[in-house]
Amino acid sequence: MTDRTKGADGPQSVPALLHRNATEFANAPAYREKEYGIWQSWTWAETREEIEALALGLLDLGVAEGDFVAIIGRNRPKLYWSMVAAEMCGAVPVPLYQDAVAEEMSYVLSHCGARFVIVGDQEQVDKVIEVQAELPNFEQMIYLDPRGLRKYDHSRLHQYSHIQDVGRAKRDELLGELTARQDKLDYDSTCVMLYTSGTTGKPKGVVLSNRNVIETSKSSSEFDDLRQSDDILAYLPMAWVGDFIFSVGQAMWTGFCTNCPESADTMHVDLREIGPTYYFAPPRVFETQLTNVMIRMEDAGRFKKWLFDVCMAQARKVGPAILDGQPVSQWDRFKYNLGELFIYGPLKNTLGFSRVRVGYTAGEAIGPEIFDFYRSLGINLKQLYGQTEATVFITAQPDGEVRSDTVGVCCPGVELKIAENGEVFYRSPGVFVEYYKNAESTADTKDAEGWVATGDAGFVEEDTGHLRIIDRAKDVGQMADGSLFAPKYVENKLKFFPNILEAVVFGNGRDECTAFINIDLTAVGNWAERNNIGYASYQELARHPQVMDTIQAHVEEVNTSIAQDEMLSGCQVHRFVVLHKELDADDGELTRTRKVRRRIIEEKYADIIAALYDGSTSISTVTEVTYEDGRKGSISATLEVRSAAVQAVAQKMAAE
Amino acid sequence: MLDQTEGYTTEDGRKIGGVVMEMRNITLRFGGVEAIKDISFDIREGEIRAIIGPNGAGKSSMLNVISGFYVPQEGQVFYKGAPRPPMKPYQVAQQGIARTFQNIALFEGMSVLDNVMTGRLTHMKTGLFSQSFWLGKAEKEETENREVAEKIIDFLEIQAIRKTPVSRLPYGLKKRVELARALAAEPSLLLLDEPMAGMNVEEKEDMSRFILDVNDEFGTTIALIEHDMGVVMDLSDRVVVMDYGKKIGDGTPSEVRGNQAVIDAYLGVAHD
Repeated sequence: MTDRTKGADGPQSVPALLHRNATEFANAPAYREKEYGIWQSWTWAETREEIEALALGLLDLGVAEGDFVAIIGRNRPKLYWSMVAAEMCGAVPVPLYQDAVAEEMSYVLSHCGARFVIVGDQEQVDKVIEVQAELPNFEQMIYLDPRGLRKYDHSRLHQYSHIQDVGRAKRDELLGELTARQDKLDYDSTCVMLYTSGTTGKPKGVVLSNRNVIETSKSSSEFDDLRQSDDILAYLPMAWVGDFIFSVGQAMWTGFCTNCPESADTMHVDLREIGPTYYFAPPRVFETQLTNVMIRMEDAGRFKKWLFDVCMAQARKVGPAILDGQPVSQWDRFKYNLGELFIYGPLKNTLGFSRVRVGYTAGEAIGPEIFDFYRSLGINLKQLYGQTEATVFITAQPDGEVRSDTVGVCCPGVELKIAENGEVFYRSPGVFVEYYKNAESTADTKDAEGWVATGDAGFVEEDTGHLRIIDRAKDVGQMADGSLFAPKYVENKLKFFPNILEAVVFGNGRDECTAFINIDLTAVGNWAERNNIGYASYQELARHPQVMDTIQAHVEEVNTSIAQDEMLSGCQVHRFVVLHKELDADDGELTRTRKVRRRIIEEKYADIIAALYDGSTSISTVTEVTYEDGRKGSISATLEVRSAAVQAVAQKMAAE
Repeated sequence: MLDQTEGYTTEDGRKIGGVVMEMRNITLRFGGVEAIKDISFDIREGEIRAIIGPNGAGKSSMLNVISGFYVPQEGQVFYKGAPRPPMKPYQVAQQGIARTFQNIALFEGMSVLDNVMTGRLTHMKTGLFSQSFWLGKAEKEETENREVAEKIIDFLEIQAIRKTPVSRLPYGLKKRVELARALAAEPSLLLLDEPMAGMNVEEKEDMSRFILDVNDEFGTTIALIEHDMGVVMDLSDRVVVMDYGKKIGDGTPSEVRGNQAVIDAYLGVAHD
């Protein structure tokens, strides 16, 4: 094998890293996937053979340099290999969100002009076929799972394994070309293009170079001392930059093993079986897990419940301190060890966190209680702050400096600055090349000196150097009386209650704040079950008077807490409704990464918002919904508008 | 009319083979009640054949005749060309016929995987002794059969409940597990008794897809009873319509849909 490492700087592309790993860690596991109930694994040497076979097959199929190859499906080794194989051919992989409906896919596929699409199964094949008329550049599709596809017209459709077979058969003829193409790859060639979820408007294609990916992977791996022997579970959407960096970037750089679950439903079982040492999850996942633990403890026997409560009290007292390496008395340490034996150890094992050395959460604020719960168990859960344009990492929390209210210090190589209006800017080797075919947006986001606007408002704490994020810069507004309006700050506080899944707060330019609330069906449903409250649907449960009372109590608690904060005390929620449907990405109300799209929600539910402000006590509404298969329907409901008690605020006292 | 020996080609272009099973002038009585009156039809290799009819039309009795559970008083059943003698259930299974039940008949206390494995029984050859002590061929056989079971679990997307006891599952999933167990026998003829009964729209769609996939992937001949006309018309290649024990229609879904006797039976015309 020719040496593809260039100069003293080491490998300059992801395929070059693959070749390095296949030589250095030839027999170490690179990818695992559970199939037919058994973990199948591939060593780095086998992985290279698989990827090369596919790349040769792609060459034979006509993939040219600079082509875009779209990749759609759940996390599977073969799809990760497809990304690397595409890069080997000099093409650009573009992973897409697999749960996107056909029309969303159509936009992205036609925007990048993908000639080739590699998909997981029939569901994705159907979606692409549905929109192929709108895709003039689309030529060939490759699928992994042949199930249900036998009768399809195969003139533009190929099975993955057949492409590999062709690649293996024509190895001798095509290897020269493949090697030549890989040799052309350098630090500046494009590694991947990822579409941002787009809280505003259409998704934008973020072009990331090998430099972005490799430099970021290298510095972040060093920051957290990631090792070749680490294991991660790849279960987050492949189209999300984080998954690409963890499962491809860092995996290729350090040579650790990427494990793919059997299916989305078996994720928790698979997590337990693998016991990853490096784990990432958005706050929602941690919230759901905690909710489940608490629900199950409610159902446990009295002695077990008592033991759990006692041990958890001890864990909350000293757990985080032990994790941070602070001094703790011998007696407390002894009690903590007993707790580890009886509760924490078995609990971590059940959750699949026994081996976690580095755990991260990001994307949204995490509730302090949730955060402390995991840290008190001895799980090294930390927060990071990043975005696609930065190749993930902007700030992260170093070991021993972990707090729930900050997002950490600058990652190695990152510079931060805060603009006049509070917006956070950064500059780093990970800064993206450009938005594809959108020079205007590129110029808006990235200035000539390489500073990138995050769109988030925040500040750096002077004594610690930690960054704190307040809200999206464009969402931060002013109330009618001129006080600060930061909806997300309030929403996060609301969402910290297990009963509340989602909240949307309104109030920009108005006299008072109001809110939409989504109940969490798991938590509230369980409560209903234990209290013998019957319900036939989400809608019925959501408007149950007792549920409304509970939510009102939560809102009032949040108001009390907000009132303490002088700057934001105007953001107390005066009136709220519990929505009759869950906000859903299929309806465009959330992004695929579950961020609230305020403007769309404001337009869609204008009638309910009006009712929140005109003093009426109920509102009848009809809402259009989109089903998973893209069909539309509508649901109608009458919602009760409730008023919540607000705390008097010093400056407003006179008025009230 | 269809030729008795040659197959035909369906609307979506699948080749249907020769006759697998033929009912010839079947009459079934329970005491004085004639549940089935002089019915003849055939089931061809690779097709999805539906038996429909209003409540009490004799559909389930017909399926029980096909499965060999009931022996008709008159008429003859031909399976793969030969007249079929009365048989024990295990002999039916050995012949390559598997079925699901209208009111789910799974082993409630056992896990999904174990239930599916019971479907493999006819394919296991080792004796009680070697299986009890995990000797010699027993281990190899278990591994092979487990692999088949796992492939079916994967096919029907029930990996997440592999180790869950059946009693804890909701109705829709139990139906799917039953299908999995029937498939585990690798049948050449699969009988489904109301596979969509009591399901919501989404579950029905899933089940329909699975039935089509089974037929497509394994080439299994499927005979099914179903209430839901929409589902039947979408799924099946040919339909037998029964009413009060008599056959009132037989043909492709579009032929049956235009049949006046069928329309009358479903809209409820007074019978003399």
